Amino acid sequence: MLRILQFLYSLRSFLLFVLLEVLAIGLIVSNNSPQGAAFFNSSNALIGSVLKTRSDILDFFSFAQANETLIRENALLLEQIKALNQEPDSLPIPLDSAFEAQFQFTGARVISNSLRFAQNHLTLNKGSKDGLKPGMGIFNQDGIVGRVKSVSENYAVGISLLNTGLLVSSKIKSTENFGSVNWDGKSSKQAKMLYVPRHVRAQAGDTIVTSGFNAVFPEGIRIGIISSVNQGDDPNYLDILIDLSTDFSRVNYVYLVENTQIVELDSLYIKSEVVNEF
Amino acid sequence: MNFKNFITYTLLLLFLGLIQIIFLKNLALFGVAFCFLYLLGILNLPIPISHVPLILISFGLGLAVDIFYDTIGIHAASATLMSFLRPYWLKAISPTGGYDDSAKPNLPEMGIVWYMSYSLPLIFAFSLVFFTADQWGTGGFFGVLNKSFLSSIFTVILAIIVQLLFFKRRREIR
Repeated sequence: MLRILQFLYSLRSFLLFVLLEVLAIGLIVSNNSPQGAAFFNSSNALIGSVLKTRSDILDFFSFAQANETLIRENALLLEQIKALNQEPDSLPIPLDSAFEAQFQFTGARVISNSLRFAQNHLTLNKGSKDGLKPGMGIFNQDGIVGRVKSVSENYAVGISLLNTGLLVSSKIKSTENFGSVNWDGKSSKQAKMLYVPRHVRAQAGDTIVTSGFNAVFPEGIRIGIISSVNQGDDPNYLDILIDLSTDFSRVNYVYLVENTQIVELDSLYIKSEVVNEF
Repeated sequence: MNFKNFITYTLLLLFLGLIQIIFLKNLALFGVAFCFLYLLGILNLPIPISHVPLILISFGLGLAVDIFYDTIGIHAASATLMSFLRPYWLKAISPTGGYDDSAKPNLPEMGIVWYMSYSLPLIFAFSLVFFTADQWGTGGFFGVLNKSFLSSIFTVILAIIVQLLFFKRRREIR
């Protein structure tokens, strides 16, 4: 018995090494599974405050650009308001109030972002105190950015679109054919559109927008433009490469969208035994 | 290992960790060459430090960096492997007659050739684990190899520059 203990003691560094590696691998797996609760991440209050200070300093250098995009977007919104405020030439039909309030929007600032890894995340400066919830969609004026993964009181962590684990339900704007956008982990400017059948006439230059099927994003938020369509290896689906419209290296301010009816939709799916995989 | 040394190494580790998460997090030369400067803190710990505390320190430091990177576990796993390999590698490249009792594995004391042969393979092992875990199931093996190789070279170059600039050379008696 003593000799066994002595033997184990002589191996102590190796055993400790194996133990810690297993622990680390367990953490990696639990962090990357979609349902797994993330124990440690940058939504922690202390870590969030460090990241926020860093971003406060760095943001100082990008104010001019942020202002410019805001002005551009304001102009766009003004244009839309003008169109909406036109004198009606016919009797308007009031929309169902439940439908009108299906999506709620809020804004936040990105205090930390990465784009060089295969699993990229971003940290936002708002949390459950401001009404953020896991599962909300994140986008900015150019296109979609990602999805909220976990929320603390003051901060939230989102999965970036540049994360090989995130699928976004999308469609080709002109032909209405839908598929899923998924990042292939290569360039931070390009992603793949999956599950588009071979008979679809997709062309380079077509716009890809969100389809609104997965109840995270409303319909019609830009994702990107098709850069090339190849026949690919898969016998059923086209191999479509898209240029993302969001420049992930300068995502500063983002909007968040919440589907207020997601609980109802989900329970309906469960009741009718539909697996919504998009 | 006296108290003054203990404080010095703690401060060095903290400082390098802060530099890593504040300045180097999003730095990637040409999108492939990353910099893991905080490994300098693990590499520069004194040679006679025993194995168990070394592994524990690396795991803790890796985990701390992980939380800021939102890559929980990846840095920790790679840093643990690197610190596990460190004593064996030190033994493998020990000069004839072994190390001095007071020798520290840093650039000013050991010279550039020794330092590169010491740090490059260890950092390469770190990067290999890091990028394999990061790109699990997505990129090909070639991409992982490419990133690891360039990152380890970049990290070693930066580590050498930092030591040339900030580490005091011990007064030599000629």
